[in-house]
Amino acid sequence: MIVDLAIITLKAVLVVAMVLNLAGVLGWIERKGSALIQDRIGANRASIFGFAGLGLVNTLIADPLKFLTKEDFIPPKGDRFLHTLAPCMALFPALVTFAVIPFGDVLNFGERVINLQVASLNIGILYVFAMGSLGVYGIVIGAWASNNKFSMLGGVRGSAQMISYEVAMGLSVIGILMVYGTLELQDIARDQGTLIRDLMPSWLSFLTPIVGWLPAWGIFLQPVAFILFFTAAVAETKRIPFDLPEGESELVAGYHVEYSGGKFLMFFAGEFAEIVTAAGLVTTLFFGGWQVPYLMRDGFHFPWGGTLLLPHLLIVLMQVTAFTVKVVFFCWVQILLRWSVPRFRYDQVMRLGWKMLLPLALLNVAVTAIWIIAAQ
Amino acid sequence: MNHPFLPLLVMFAVASVIVVALLTVASLFGPKSTNAAKNDPFESGNPPTGDARIRFSVRFYLVAMLFLIFDLEVVFLYPWAIYFRHLGVFGLIQMGIFLVILTVGYVYVWKKGALEWD
Repeated sequence: MIVDLAIITLKAVLVVAMVLNLAGVLGWIERKGSALIQDRIGANRASIFGFAGLGLVNTLIADPLKFLTKEDFIPPKGDRFLHTLAPCMALFPALVTFAVIPFGDVLNFGERVINLQVASLNIGILYVFAMGSLGVYGIVIGAWASNNKFSMLGGVRGSAQMISYEVAMGLSVIGILMVYGTLELQDIARDQGTLIRDLMPSWLSFLTPIVGWLPAWGIFLQPVAFILFFTAAVAETKRIPFDLPEGESELVAGYHVEYSGGKFLMFFAGEFAEIVTAAGLVTTLFFGGWQVPYLMRDGFHFPWGGTLLLPHLLIVLMQVTAFTVKVVFFCWVQILLRWSVPRFRYDQVMRLGWKMLLPLALLNVAVTAIWIIAAQ
Repeated sequence: MNHPFLPLLVMFAVASVIVVALLTVASLFGPKSTNAAKNDPFESGNPPTGDARIRFSVRFYLVAMLFLIFDLEVVFLYPWAIYFRHLGVFGLIQMGIFLVILTVGYVYVWKKGALEWD
């Protein structure tokens, strides 16, 4: 019993630490990566005994230290309590969302079978959306409490944008839910271990030699849903090209104009944690989660015949590594996106959300439904 | 001990500890100084005019209402999507009717210009 609780706590601490660490490393990748893209040198000033570690010392040690030792300014005309609450509301949901995302299959440890996921909920993805939509309160409360016109405009823009894309995001996932028939993310990840040839209806069997060897990942079964979901997820993180709530050239910094020091760091960390969570979701729903193609619980089973049995620990290690690599890849895609495309205009953002993503997602649901009925 | 929501509680506790720790550290360290100019709301260096809680475009309100309507309808789709394979053609036709009604409402909103931003 105590051991159970200890394992749960260990998993929770591990996941939160992983999200925060990835968020920190993303800060480094963002600064150095943008420097690389823009042909600059980037962060290189801070060093310990002459060791700058390619700017790692700067972004992982100097930046947080500096944030935490700056004055924690609360605008006297604003609301003291709400001003403190807002960064908590921004960071907290971003940290806990990862609880339902599986980072591996099961780990057999003696008699014990440990599910490599913090919380195995049968409402899995609904929890993700519930927590994701809490993030909007951080913006609105922060904007309101600051009593600043730039903040106010940013907050209003941000809330309208986030709720708009939430509709499209919720609708785009439905296709995936119909295919796998469950809300639990661990089950969705496990189902993606099969091959497409096992799902092929008999009247399409002539396609089996061509695509049958592919793993049944969401991207192959629901490619449109992937594009819609990823777009909506990027929009939810409020980064370029969707960074209207904090557009520097118009609103200075949007909803966090009046934030400094630790509270600004919390908004900042919350944003990067959201990126990590979005990458984790895309990985789990569309790219097999922790699945390595053809790797089953006892080793590799290749579709062209031949098996390669491997020890259990090695398999678990490979799964966790595969998950991490996929998540880091999608984090990098989001950062690349931020430094490659210009910002939308506000009417374009709203048009994309309501007039393109929403009808396309509806259409995707209808086509998926008809396809599944036809294939039965 | 095996309640499925127990790990969530632990996760919430861990996240709360981090959030509170950051807030505490931020308010403990760091200088405290104040002057009249610093206490003014930031308006690009100009003297601030009036209150910041100004009236904003009614379109944002409209978006919030549309969100409520459409998000609720999305929620209705979730249980249907999970049991879709068991419901078969019956479920397809039933949800088809629901989706048609939803689409009619969507087209109405579009034609009325509620989604325009110029």
